[in-house]
Amino acid sequence: MSEAGAWAGFAWGLRRDLKLSARSSAEVLVVLGFFLIVATLFPLSVGPDPRILHRIGAGIIWVCAALACLLSLHRMFTLDYVDGSLEQMLLGHMPFPSIVAGKIGAHWLTTGCPLIVCAPLVGVQFGLSFGEIGVLLVTLLLGTPVLSLIGGIMAALTLGLRGGGALLALLLLPLYIPLLVFGVGAVEAYAAGLGMEGHLSVLGAELILALVGSPLATAAAVRTAID
Amino acid sequence: MRWLYRYASPATFYPVAGALAPWFFVAAALLGAAGLYIGLIAAPTDFQQGDAYRIIYIHVPAAWMSMFIYVVMAAYGVLFLSLNTRLSAMMMSALAPTGAMFTFLALWTGALWGRPTWGAYWVWDARLTSELILLFLYLGFMALQAAIEDPRRADRAAALLAIVGVVNVPIIYFSVQWWNTLHQGASVSLTASPKMARIMLTGMLIMSLAAWLYAIGASLLRVRAIILEREAGAEWLQGHVDGKAR
Repeated sequence: MSEAGAWAGFAWGLRRDLKLSARSSAEVLVVLGFFLIVATLFPLSVGPDPRILHRIGAGIIWVCAALACLLSLHRMFTLDYVDGSLEQMLLGHMPFPSIVAGKIGAHWLTTGCPLIVCAPLVGVQFGLSFGEIGVLLVTLLLGTPVLSLIGGIMAALTLGLRGGGALLALLLLPLYIPLLVFGVGAVEAYAAGLGMEGHLSVLGAELILALVGSPLATAAAVRTAID
Repeated sequence: MRWLYRYASPATFYPVAGALAPWFFVAAALLGAAGLYIGLIAAPTDFQQGDAYRIIYIHVPAAWMSMFIYVVMAAYGVLFLSLNTRLSAMMMSALAPTGAMFTFLALWTGALWGRPTWGAYWVWDARLTSELILLFLYLGFMALQAAIEDPRRADRAAALLAIVGVVNVPIIYFSVQWWNTLHQGASVSLTASPKMARIMLTGMLIMSLAAWLYAIGASLLRVRAIILEREAGAEWLQGHVDGKAR
């Protein structure tokens, strides 16, 4: 397993999944639509009071991002599992964890990234200030990759199971809690005039931990599903 | 190490577990009776919380066990994935329902204690919230195992999940605590209460030991059931089931 092999696997997995997403771009847009419609439900259910909306805005955006990621995770492995190409990747000469890392990267680029682009729009709807939106974007930039990274492990564990969707939510959402806490916490700390470096540092630490651990764990989880 | 491997075989462990489990239950019952006597009769009434505080003799041991069992499960998961000992995976599955039961018990007794003390069954206190999340982790673990039909895959997936979970438990606990200090939900905290009288501490420790022994006994019985289920076709098991050996 040379270093070059690892990078080649990553690049191959990334390029392959991005190409697949590009050819069914509707799926990406549907997840984005889900994000926007769920965010729209909150003002309609809580009421249009700007103070309440401003208070809950960052939290709503983070929850919607987590749910949108959850909803799109089945894309990462299911089709490849069903048509057998995942098994071929496992048997191939490229290191499997690096292919998996590429697939996770592609998932982030096709869900996390579009969500970050849309988030300011929702933030404006909830009456967040530009500064708050800026902080929110930084937390999303640090946090949404972790959503995909942890999501990859759980998507692989529930690969091909009956009732996999609800099970995935039960396994995954508890692990998303720290991201929500620190992501929303940074925005609130900024709004209260406090330092937010602590929150961002924790998010960064989680990102590093997930970057190191998740591809290996995800690859191990895929192996349990295949052999 | 060789004796350890010997007992890692379900065929050897099955009769051992059967012989040990009753003793653990007897010891748990005796210690539980002693602990309850100290806690409910011998210990004085708390001057701040009245008799409501007596819930700690159930609540604290349950909360300790709920966290401890999850760590033990993850340790069995590591053992299983590294040594490939089937019994470790079986012990892991055997522990999960007991852990979930203790978690539920801790939440329930906490709610009963919170009503007279905080004036609400549920507050979004850091400890309560992280205990609730722990319950979700247990439920997820059991749901994942139940959803996978092939026992080999179920064991390996569950072991991975337990390990990922145990890495996340401190992060979750830390984050919930941080979240709670920001939001200032509950202002009463257990840690701020005055130092505990010696007799109360004794009662609580005895009850914890009882809970521990009960957990061991219950998981030994459950692991026997799991062995029976998994090894149903094995020849060695026939002897036990026919009643030639215990």
